[in-house]
Amino acid sequence: MKLKDFGKAILHNKLALTGTIILLFFIIVATFGPLIMPFSTMEFGEVEDLLLSPSFKHLLGTDDMGRDVLANLIAGARISLLIGAVATAISMIIGTLIGILAGYFGKGIDNLLMRFTDFFLVIPWLPLMMVLAAILGTSLWNIIFVIGITGWAGTARVVRAQTLSVRERQFVERTVSIGAGHGHIMFRHILPNVFPLVFANTVLVAAVAIISETTLSFLGLGDPTMASWGMMLHYAFEGGATASGAYWYYLPPGICVVLVVLSFTLLGYAFDEILNPKLRGR
Amino acid sequence: MTLLEVKHLRTYFETSKGLYKAVDDTSFDLDHGEALGLVGESGCGKTTSALSIVRLLPKEGKIHGGQILFEGTDLVQLSDEEIRSRRWKDISIIFQGSMNALNPVMKVGDQIAEAIVLHEKISKKAALARAGELFELVEMPVDRINNYPHEFSGGMKQRAMIAIALACRPKLVIGDEPTTALDVMVQAQILNLLEKLRKELNMGLILITHDLSILAEVCDRIAVMYAGKIVEFGPVEGVFENTAHPYTERLIACFPHIGKEKIIPPSIEGIPPNLLEPISGCPFHPRCHKAIPKCTVQEPEMVKVGEKHYASCLRIGEA
Repeated sequence: MKLKDFGKAILHNKLALTGTIILLFFIIVATFGPLIMPFSTMEFGEVEDLLLSPSFKHLLGTDDMGRDVLANLIAGARISLLIGAVATAISMIIGTLIGILAGYFGKGIDNLLMRFTDFFLVIPWLPLMMVLAAILGTSLWNIIFVIGITGWAGTARVVRAQTLSVRERQFVERTVSIGAGHGHIMFRHILPNVFPLVFANTVLVAAVAIISETTLSFLGLGDPTMASWGMMLHYAFEGGATASGAYWYYLPPGICVVLVVLSFTLLGYAFDEILNPKLRGR
Repeated sequence: MTLLEVKHLRTYFETSKGLYKAVDDTSFDLDHGEALGLVGESGCGKTTSALSIVRLLPKEGKIHGGQILFEGTDLVQLSDEEIRSRRWKDISIIFQGSMNALNPVMKVGDQIAEAIVLHEKISKKAALARAGELFELVEMPVDRINNYPHEFSGGMKQRAMIAIALACRPKLVIGDEPTTALDVMVQAQILNLLEKLRKELNMGLILITHDLSILAEVCDRIAVMYAGKIVEFGPVEGVFENTAHPYTERLIACFPHIGKEKIIPPSIEGIPPNLLEPISGCPFHPRCHKAIPKCTVQEPEMVKVGEKHYASCLRIGEA
């Protein structure tokens, strides 16, 4: 399928269109939002500014330290999306690499890599991430690393399965016969053929990455200097926002997380529909 | 010097049920610029012979004996690395079912250039320019090198496959049923093209097929294979006009003749022998219309029946 046709298919698919619009909105907000916000996230208020309910001055009210919630929300979008994107990239690179190596070489290497993958697949990821985050310490890059290193197993399995199938196709045999080496075959011939699958998987892994970030931060394992949405929820909970009924403090970051995850999930379903002709509506 | 000499080649497959003698004591030779046709029914060892020459056998397949002399060097003795560097530069292969032999997500020109870059110290740009020349050679519009395989018809894909086979100007090209999946008109075009290229570039050609009529048109000599052995080997006219082996006779009889009565041509009854088991006598005797008791016990040898024309049948020479 060509890129142009793919774009057209997305425009005609309601799920994909909704997902794309939500995601684009958040990306634009994350990119340009902080530039036009009148409040800084470091602007602490006076006593009378604490936990103000929404008004024209503070559209989403203020938090328990008198900071503007909307400003925090927009700054958080940046961090949440950044963590989501980089962690997903790490996951996809590890997963694709292991999947292709296992599927292409087969036999002992396949066995070794797949048992390693199974280990990551069956281990409960939340405790693992918590332990890793606690050991490594709370910094933005550690969080990214922890999420990236735990999320690749499913991708590796899917890529391996597809590699097994592509490897048996005749063009691979032909490429061997013209004298190409293993690396050349894996990355110039097999990778482009498994790429649609990697692409579709990326969307689902991204959704999980964002949820993971929120969970870890909410539990207090996030980077305290980087106010992501999860960190906001964490502070809201600690500051007693739920008890004092300051819904404007804890609802917006929660809704944002749900919307971003929803947009990724919608895109995932839509990609499946677009790339799998059997599911394509007529 | 002869371009290719295959002497007593034995290629066996090691299966869980025992040794499968896919090619058993096969000898043939080929000169520069000559076209040889390998013909026989499915499973008789045509493709295995060809893959043995380029050493591309599946991992269960092993060459158990014999020599494959390419301009005097024995290809059987070469290391994997040596054969890898000679493949495509000296001998290339046009694969069976070209439809699947092109990578669907790579431009056709890049796939031709790939073969050149892997064998010669040459820039990608120069290789692409050569790919364009090759497209001209196989009579395709040069700008189509920027297309993807799905934008080609079956005949065009086959032409692209031929262009890939010719990429490094090999001395010998092996065509493994290069026209099987094509309709008759395109088949004729492709065969004419191969014929033209062979004469222009003075390359040897081994054409593997089960279609005798193709061989008659393109080849200088024909080798008829049955159950892993060559049963008749000779010039086209000799094999067609002074057929010596009963199997060749029956094979030729299987083709309908224009101008004769409209009948369904007779088939050859029975099935080829199981190559896992030892064969007693002539492998063709259970299906042979000329078999005599001696055929079940005595293995026939190749005997000369005409100018450069050999066949292995015990009844040759009988009045």
